[in-house]
Amino acid sequence: MSEPEPQSETQSNRMLTVDIWRGDAEDGAFQTYEVPQMESQTVLDVVTYIQRKLDPSLSYRFSCRVGMCGSCAMTVNGKPRWTCRSHVDSVVENGRIQVAPLRNMPVIKDLATDMSVFFDKWQKSKSQFVPTDGDASEFAVVDPTSKERKAASAGIECIGCGVCYAACDVVEWNPDYLGPAALNRAWTLVNDSRDGDAEGHLRAVATDAGCHACHSHQSCARNCPTSLNPTASIAGLKRKVFAAALKGRL
Amino acid sequence: MKLGVRDGRLEVWLFIVQRLTAMVLGPLVIVHLATMIYAIQGGLSAVEIMGRTQGSLVWGLVYGLFVTAAAFHGAIGLRQIAREALQWRGMTVNVAALIFCLGILCLGYQAVWALV
Ligand code: SF4
Ligand code: SF4
Ligand code: FES
Repeated sequence: MSEPEPQSETQSNRMLTVDIWRGDAEDGAFQTYEVPQMESQTVLDVVTYIQRKLDPSLSYRFSCRVGMCGSCAMTVNGKPRWTCRSHVDSVVENGRIQVAPLRNMPVIKDLATDMSVFFDKWQKSKSQFVPTDGDASEFAVVDPTSKERKAASAGIECIGCGVCYAACDVVEWNPDYLGPAALNRAWTLVNDSRDGDAEGHLRAVATDAGCHACHSHQSCARNCPTSLNPTASIAGLKRKVFAAALKGRL
Repeated sequence: MKLGVRDGRLEVWLFIVQRLTAMVLGPLVIVHLATMIYAIQGGLSAVEIMGRTQGSLVWGLVYGLFVTAAAFHGAIGLRQIAREALQWRGMTVNVAALIFCLGILCLGYQAVWALV
């Protein structure tokens, strides 16, 4: 089945001026394209139009186009966004949009960044689930109304898009900082009653570049496309680490 | 625990000390400001200040605590700024912060001693 052409929808006569960052890790510059404006057009549609119709050498990344996979994030008019769910109408300024790669990650080419630094930190923060019941022989009974479960549930809908990571100034200042997404993940595990190593998770984030490096300025929460609040999760981690340290459990 | 503090643990303790000193500083700053506003009503003179503080154990303790909290709080904060803004990391920044802390403690206690 061939993919629907992104420009097949009702086309208006209006044109959109689009500045796209072209280049690699070393060097680059914005290049300007004219793209017909369409109804319900997303920023990803615009980028796709350019790649399909105007300049096939343009590199970018996407997959699901419905806000689930987290692969399409870019910097749109200076802010990190998921481009497949960002309508042109909501971001356009005087008929113009600017699209650049995500901040805080090395550029591979054009709009495609190397997200491995971002995902490596999920590993570093020991964000793997540690089952209490290794062979899962019994169904785990989880009380959905418990405080812990509510805290975990509030943080689990992360799509790994890297928007929060790109929005975080502390990542820029300290490239070792684990960042909002990895810390948010750790917080969901610490609150998961099925996870058997809460203290191990706390130890992994109570580091030089862990939860205490966060300035709580909420740039991550403000920009997260799925409305998660990593700032609150990190504040929770700080409290738990505080308590664990006082009890000598760190 | 091995000799020397793991970097992470040091960070946690510095965080705790900074939060606790902030809690101490909050009310003390208010007391300090209130006293200042009250004290300058009839003009400000060294004699008047000394008259209030000399021989007073309470003022000695209040300002002694103030100096201690401010020295630790300030040093930890400056260390963090140096690490983030100047990328100054490692042992040397810790030593510098410690020297700053000790310096403020010495100057502060000297001043408190002179007052009471
Ligand atoms: S609140 Fe913390 S994690 Fe979020 S953007 Fe600010 S420093 Fe980064
Ligand atoms: S927390 Fe939000 S912004 Fe950050 S990676 Fe997950 S979904 Fe994206
Ligand atoms: S393409 Fe999957 S989230 Fe945008």
